[in-house]
Amino acid sequence: MTTDQPLIRASHLNLTRQHKTVLSDISLNIVRGEIVTLIGPNGCGKSTLIKVLLGLVDADSGDIRRQRGLRIGYMPQRLSLDQRMPLTVTGFLSLTRHATGTDIDYWLKRLNISTLAPLSVHDLSGGEWQRVLLVRALLMKPDILVLDEPVQGVDVQGQMELYQLIPQLRDELNCAVLMVSHDLHLVMAATDEVICLNGHVCCSGHPDQVSVDPAYLQLFGNRAQPPLIAHYTHHHDHSHCDHDQHLHSGEQQHD
Amino acid sequence: MTDIWWIMPLLAGVLLAMISGPLGSFVVWRRMAFFGDTLAHGALLGITFGVLTDINLTLALVVGSLVLALLLLPLEKRSRLSSDTLLGIVSHSTLAIGLVTLSLAQGIRVDLMGYLFGDLLAVSSADVLWILLAVIVVAGLMIWQWRGLLAATVSSELAAIEGYAVGRLNLLLILMLAVIVALAMKVVGILLVSALLIIPPAAARSLSRSPLQMALLASGCGITAVLLGLWASFHWDTPAGPSVVVAATLLFVLSLGVQNLRTRQVA
Repeated sequence: MTTDQPLIRASHLNLTRQHKTVLSDISLNIVRGEIVTLIGPNGCGKSTLIKVLLGLVDADSGDIRRQRGLRIGYMPQRLSLDQRMPLTVTGFLSLTRHATGTDIDYWLKRLNISTLAPLSVHDLSGGEWQRVLLVRALLMKPDILVLDEPVQGVDVQGQMELYQLIPQLRDELNCAVLMVSHDLHLVMAATDEVICLNGHVCCSGHPDQVSVDPAYLQLFGNRAQPPLIAHYTHHHDHSHCDHDQHLHSGEQQHD
Repeated sequence: MTDIWWIMPLLAGVLLAMISGPLGSFVVWRRMAFFGDTLAHGALLGITFGVLTDINLTLALVVGSLVLALLLLPLEKRSRLSSDTLLGIVSHSTLAIGLVTLSLAQGIRVDLMGYLFGDLLAVSSADVLWILLAVIVVAGLMIWQWRGLLAATVSSELAAIEGYAVGRLNLLLILMLAVIVALAMKVVGILLVSALLIIPPAAARSLSRSPLQMALLASGCGITAVLLGLWASFHWDTPAGPSVVVAATLLFVLSLGVQNLRTRQVA
């Protein structure tokens, strides 16, 4: 097996939706053993890029090469289940392709949620459900683990735990991790490469570099470095692409 | 002798109720009730076609329903709002066109009421054979593809990434639905077909913990409704199809009562 070959190699991806450029000239490689984090304002192409990389959405132009037989474990940003279907956690997990009962037991135990197994999926808290979704992704024995906002609905304590878990899982599975987040500070310790996205790739590199990159600071402003304790206060401020782009270009003129 | 003419309607009803349990559960889970309705309404066009070309009416029905399902499949993928409206247009226009063309077909007398409300008591042994065949095939396919069908229903995105052939599974489900809807028309009629598909799973929902349990309970509930409905029909001379649906509705109300009792016990 060629481990140095990228698992996914994407070059010059472009996607336009209803006259709005969602992705513009994006190139990236995902290599086994590496944790890559996509950050950027809400609604600016992170989830779309993931879907394009996974083959759920086709790009208008560009080239994607996935390694042959690539196993993907995907944890979606949100998955709401219809109340009309009665479903236990075990039932949900056993839908995973090729999953065995032993695997399910193992991963439930590994993530400390064995007690959830017999419960209805409709009765879980947000954090519990996120973990169940993570188990489903892990059950694929993935070459690449794709996590779209894995900590949504999880309390701060749980977020820390989850982010600590990700490098461990990477080592255990010897896989690549592609993660979406909108908070660099939380994922900093758990990531090898950060790609800052706002339609196009603003900047990328090691988290330490990115956090001082002018493009990153322009995108997130001074709010990018809040006191550590208040690292969630700015979440609801920068919600719209247009606004941020506007800000972006405005500040560029200043420079 | 009376035993003999009992047996065919009973067999047809029980067989269809059996398969409607799991199939109807998928209809409920995927919010396809309107889709099933449209198939049933459109099937009247199949009958017109069968009458005009003088081919076997059951065959015409099944083929018509399958063709309509294939034509409607792309609609399912579109956005909710537009597919809703479009289904409504197709549903009612096909019903109307079917009624108009049937009335224009001269010299041929078709028991329209029989198709609209079902004519369970007129079910022949040939019909039962058709139904038996369809039920065996559909049940076999469902057992074979159960996990995939369920995975694609829960989340088509996850299923696709995990390597399930989601497109093919959706197609399979819709074709199975088309066949059963076409055949069930004989039993409960065009206007009540989706009732047979939806009410038993709805009754089973509150009593079950897993999808499989819901599907099987729905079958049981459907069969009970058929038995009760037929009994009532013989006893009070009520129309058979509607009687079956009324029985199913009563079972649904009963299930609500049971659910209420349970939650009170828990609380």
